[in-house]
Amino acid sequence: MNKKSKVVRYNKWGYIFLLPFIAVFLVFQLIPLVTTIYNSFFLHMEDGLTVVGPTFIGLKNYSTIISNGDLPKYFTNTMIMWFMGFVPQILLSLLLGAWFTDPSLKLKFQRFFKTVIYLPNLIMASAFAMLFFTLFSDMGPINDILKNLGVIKESYQFMSHVWSVRGLVATMNCLMWFGNTTILLMAGMLGIDPALFEAAQVDGATATQIFYKITLPLLKPILIYVMITSLIGGLQMFDVPQILTNKTGDPMRTSMTLIMYLNKNLSVGSRNYGFAGALSVFMFILTGILSLIVFKATGKEDKDGR
Amino acid sequence: MTTNTTDMAGKTKDGASVFVRRFVAYLVLVLVTIVCLFWFYLLFVNSTRSHSEMSAGFTPFPSSHLIENWKNLIHGTIPVVSGMINSLFIATASAALATYFSTMTAYAIHAYDFKLKNLLYTFILMIMMIPTQVTVLGFIALINDMNIDDTAIALIVPTIASPAVFFYMKQYMDSTLPLSLIEAARIDGSGEFKTFNRIVLPLMKPAIAVQAIFSFVASWNNYFVPALVLHSQEKKTLPILMQQLRSADFLKFDMGQVYMMIAFSIFPVIIVYLILSRYIVGGVTLGGVKG
Repeated sequence: MNKKSKVVRYNKWGYIFLLPFIAVFLVFQLIPLVTTIYNSFFLHMEDGLTVVGPTFIGLKNYSTIISNGDLPKYFTNTMIMWFMGFVPQILLSLLLGAWFTDPSLKLKFQRFFKTVIYLPNLIMASAFAMLFFTLFSDMGPINDILKNLGVIKESYQFMSHVWSVRGLVATMNCLMWFGNTTILLMAGMLGIDPALFEAAQVDGATATQIFYKITLPLLKPILIYVMITSLIGGLQMFDVPQILTNKTGDPMRTSMTLIMYLNKNLSVGSRNYGFAGALSVFMFILTGILSLIVFKATGKEDKDGR
Repeated sequence: MTTNTTDMAGKTKDGASVFVRRFVAYLVLVLVTIVCLFWFYLLFVNSTRSHSEMSAGFTPFPSSHLIENWKNLIHGTIPVVSGMINSLFIATASAALATYFSTMTAYAIHAYDFKLKNLLYTFILMIMMIPTQVTVLGFIALINDMNIDDTAIALIVPTIASPAVFFYMKQYMDSTLPLSLIEAARIDGSGEFKTFNRIVLPLMKPAIAVQAIFSFVASWNNYFVPALVLHSQEKKTLPILMQQLRSADFLKFDMGQVYMMIAFSIFPVIIVYLILSRYIVGGVTLGGVKG
């Protein structure tokens, strides 16, 4: 009896240690979430110096941002730029990961290469975007170099063409994330039982066959994890296109992402709390569903793995 | 291109082919290294050149205007020095709070048994992926009501609840922190809070180091929320000033200053990274996916 009460006495410390985290979460994340959802049902905006609302309008904000094309358009932009960056990123990561973990290759300088490929991940995205903007500007060094090499005669206006702007955003995202993905995939590859590779080699399988028939299928849970978390990160794409296009998402708003649109609706002068709220709820539901998939995928991996 | 090289590499299988595959692998790795570092090289070269030199065209060699550009930058219109100090302060404080309190939270779940434990654990895992952008509208309204709009506090205090840091710490504790040790401390008469500070925290040092670096970098690079919170020029952090630089009428600017400011934001992180890279690269996998 005495022993039990002692354990209970200790266990109350569990609540005490949890308190700061839970309190801060409730105040700074849960209350704001509720306010955000609440705001999505109201007409509340600034029009110049006058403030309109707040007036309850039900689901009108949702139907407006869908029917006026904003949400579908910016969602499509975001997904296109994510996809353009993700495909080369995952292919490169798979290739590099397979090489780094291949015992027959015995690559040297691995730490050096890993350090280099992870480097862009830590760079301030806004500074990186500013750097790309200056490098690729009409008078910038990239145009100079291309002209010196004789590839082009006139400066190519990277910022005025839809696909060059999207391409630059995708390139930056790919550069910033392929190192991280490589390291995650390598951890997965190193977790595969080496006996499987040896058996395949004894049976005369080529490196390509081993990669497609053994590595890839066993890597599936981690690939799903990488893809969905990258997709969640992609939905939040903001810093790079915001700085690169100076908040406009130009040309013709073809590189405007969902979060840039959210930011626009929260910025002084063009505030529209109703739209911002509705967009947030949309993002919340979307990331919620995607997180659930990750949760399920990694949970399954738990069961299989242990 | 990438698929071609695998096919080429895969078709052969004796000793000579390993040589070929190794050659291809090194070739691609060297190319990838160049692609990764090229931009920073251009940045370095251009931050040493004057505006007039740059207008004349690109040359791949550094010039001698590094210090001049630096002087022009810190005496220029954009308050980079205060921006650097603000960024440093907010990032350091955020990293300290995030790691300390998330370790504490992980310890609560790891070491104690209480009624709501599993519920709370699942709950924290569920909220881990919810992006801050989703709640930012309510967050701005909240800090206005609390009168902490335009202060660093509004950016620092919320980091106490960092689910991703918590998750990493929990994983680390599962593999390295035996409950018998805590039991032993109790028998020696150590209080719970003291046990956490004096025994658990030192044991968690490697994990704390990794997460402190990640939290610092995340805060240092954070642009979205600070841009909506900080309005006074002297309180702004570097990423917000970067936006200001971008918005400024570009051609009026001295390009030497522009490159210098980008270099000023990027190179300190690169230097710290190179010193600590061993821990950072190794630490990436410990938390996210199990190895």
